[in-house]
Amino acid sequence: MLVLVFLLTGLLLALPNVYGTAPAVQIVDGDGIAFTEERVEDFVRTVENGGISPEAAYLVDGRVVIRLASIAEQQQAEARLRDQYARVASIAMTQAPKLPDWVRNLGLNPMSLGLDLRGGVYVLLEVDMETAIESRMAAYQQDFDERLRDARIRHRVDLVDNQITIRLTKVEDTETARTIIRDADPDVLIADGTDGKSLFVRMTDVQVKARQDFAIEQNITTLRNRVNELGVAEALVQRQGTDRIVVQLPGVQDPTRLNEIITATATIEFRLVDLAGDQPGTREYRGRPGIQSQKLRRDVIASGDQIVNAESGFSEGQPAVFINLDSAGGERMLATTRDNVGKPMSTVFIETKRESVTRNGVTEYHKIKTEEIINTATIRGVFKDRFQTTGLNPAEARDLALLLRAGALAAPVYKVDERTIGPNLGQDNIDRGFRAVQIGFLAVIVFMAVYYRWFGMIANIALLSNLVFIAALLSLLQASLTLPGIAGIVLTVGMAVDANVLIFERIREELAAGSTPQIAIHSGYEKALSSIADANITTLIAAIVLFAFGTGPIKGFAITLSLGIITSMFTAIVGTRSIVNLVFGGRKLTSVPV
Amino acid sequence: MRLIKHKTTINFLGKTRRKIALAISLLVVVVSLVEVATRGLEFGIDFTGGILLEVGYSQAADLESIRGNLADAGFSDAQVQLFGAETDVLVRLAPQDGNAQEIRNRLQATLTAGGDSIDLRRVEFVSPQVGEELAEQGGLAMIFTLLMIFAYVMFRFQWKFALGAVAALAHDVIVTIGFFAIFRLPFDLTVVAAVLAVIGYSLNDTVVAFDRIRENFFKLRGISAEDSMNTSINEMLARTLITGVTTLLVLTALLVFGGESIAPFSIALIVGIIVGTYSSIYTASATALLLGVNAQDLLEPVKDPDLIDDLP
Repeated sequence: MLVLVFLLTGLLLALPNVYGTAPAVQIVDGDGIAFTEERVEDFVRTVENGGISPEAAYLVDGRVVIRLASIAEQQQAEARLRDQYARVASIAMTQAPKLPDWVRNLGLNPMSLGLDLRGGVYVLLEVDMETAIESRMAAYQQDFDERLRDARIRHRVDLVDNQITIRLTKVEDTETARTIIRDADPDVLIADGTDGKSLFVRMTDVQVKARQDFAIEQNITTLRNRVNELGVAEALVQRQGTDRIVVQLPGVQDPTRLNEIITATATIEFRLVDLAGDQPGTREYRGRPGIQSQKLRRDVIASGDQIVNAESGFSEGQPAVFINLDSAGGERMLATTRDNVGKPMSTVFIETKRESVTRNGVTEYHKIKTEEIINTATIRGVFKDRFQTTGLNPAEARDLALLLRAGALAAPVYKVDERTIGPNLGQDNIDRGFRAVQIGFLAVIVFMAVYYRWFGMIANIALLSNLVFIAALLSLLQASLTLPGIAGIVLTVGMAVDANVLIFERIREELAAGSTPQIAIHSGYEKALSSIADANITTLIAAIVLFAFGTGPIKGFAITLSLGIITSMFTAIVGTRSIVNLVFGGRKLTSVPV
Repeated sequence: MRLIKHKTTINFLGKTRRKIALAISLLVVVVSLVEVATRGLEFGIDFTGGILLEVGYSQAADLESIRGNLADAGFSDAQVQLFGAETDVLVRLAPQDGNAQEIRNRLQATLTAGGDSIDLRRVEFVSPQVGEELAEQGGLAMIFTLLMIFAYVMFRFQWKFALGAVAALAHDVIVTIGFFAIFRLPFDLTVVAAVLAVIGYSLNDTVVAFDRIRENFFKLRGISAEDSMNTSINEMLARTLITGVTTLLVLTALLVFGGESIAPFSIALIVGIIVGTYSSIYTASATALLLGVNAQDLLEPVKDPDLIDDLP
């Protein structure tokens, strides 16, 4: 009875996999707010006004999915939706399962396919932790400098090897300076110089760790925003280990633009021009071709991470980026422009790239940081948090606006692994994988039926339900099915009959030893149990280690193998037992068809 | 139907046979180790880092002209080979200097230089650093699996059995990897997964045999450990072979129909399972015998005398 309940549940959970998929458009709110039913109708009306009738439209976790009959209709619908809603929502083409409403309303989903089966781009990024720390130290440096200046303490602040050195001219200022630093940040490590009028400031290990975690988390958020801006459905951005981020973009075929956007570090800074060139920390910045180089002051008025919104467009016929600053950035901009009307201010465009150079078999990476002035303009009036900047070509302006909107990366990221699987290969992999499962399954079924006759057929029923259970669990857990995952299923099909082979051989032995049929069946199951348990637990150990150590493809194999082992224990022992009892139980048997 | 007659009495573990088997195992292990040490493995880019492209042409590919074009474009170290079909080509390159995006564009331009329309089926850029880490993880996973299994068998049986089991598993792993070295088969991440699955499978076989040995140590008192182990292996022979057959059936299906990229995985499993079946008969039990295993080793101290009445 219980077995029947399990089997029906399994069938129900596995059911969504039989319907196949259809082209669809997915709409996600730009601010990550869940859509309501009324909005679904808005979107549907937009699509219908274009003469296209969607097959279905529904909400999934606050996202709207509109399913269409053909790829042509999908493209038209996407274009219409993009025209109307691109500013407030991110719109992406995707594939959606063709589930009947009642199945979907039960919250059931088909298995999710891995990238090697559906095609797409996988990128493994490494976060440059050094730069994350350096930029934090630079912020401290600027902060201490300003605070000491405000307190009218004569000083010099230098930053070398992630250590800030503060040199004072008077010994009696030391304690005041220490208090000022403590006020700015109570946690940093402060050491005294031997001369009594210098202080060394470093971050504590805890602070370094916190900064690194922040950099990773911030980068993940930024990357998610960027991917959403580009309109990729079901993208996955995930932390891996201490300093890595995995980005998976299903369905994407050409990674070129994605690559540019994902690893892009482009950002801008606004600095005042140091006309006299005598301010501490002032240095020369190169101008873009056609733009004059300038000596710029060390203090940054506002930088990319204070920009809350950016749009690209044109201003007086030139490509421009329209910028909104956050309140802190706005205040600074206000104060700076108020004090410096008539003086020039520059916009610096900053990009970091990494190139590899192999010498004597050792690969080294070089960071190449470009800082270029894209324009210098005279401050004509006071402004605060809304302004524009020019000096880029249209594509750069568009990308920069996107990058600023999505937020800056807290630290540069570098690609260490990139895998693109074309959609044709994905489909081939699905076809091949399933053919291998079918043929392997068929071969085992024929073999078992011939070798163990009726009991073999019972084992075959167990094997079939085992496949149903694996599909059900994969759908329930929403674990990605990969090609090695399918290989795991194939292997499970071969090994799952082992439990039944153990039982059946045992029954044969008991019969040969002179037991009556019912007793032989009973003790066959009884005595084989410990062997089956031992055998499966050991395989499970291997599968779990695989899962723990493995990445990507190996994990997929480990998942299906472990699931298969667990479900096969159930179907091969409990499942076949109940069928055997049903068929042969309570009867007087003269022989056992095993 | 029966594959083998009901009561086989093959003397698997006779003194001389046992020694011959151990000698053969040892020889194969040594050959494998020497091969791996001297010629090394054909590591895939999972481990070495580098660039891999799988390209589908609309007609049969001309490997010579592809090689030529690549060499002209500065990729003289490119390995170009057919991949499963006449129209399918696999290009492998060592890690290249410079910007990955530019290299990608240059490669794509080179491959389409002859005016062919191509289907870029797969493009992989793996940095050497990631490759090293993956290799390290794979090695660690194998060692860790063997340790966990040693602990489990020790807990369920006894250390002599555990050592026998782990000796058999190490034998299987080494021989399977040696097979890949001897036949110059591509060794990638999926092969590591396959080898770990072989560990699971082979152990499965070994443990089932040990289980029966334990049972017979108690049932057939008064006969030698060797005879009792022999009987056990004979009794389990049908099961060992049948499970081997069904597993090999599905793996053959996977090898034939699963496509080129999963082929090394299937081969590793097929080799591993054949070797594993042999080793659970010979290596595992022979090692345990060598260590002087006997019935006393498995007798558990009686904890509660009253319970004895309940035992069958």
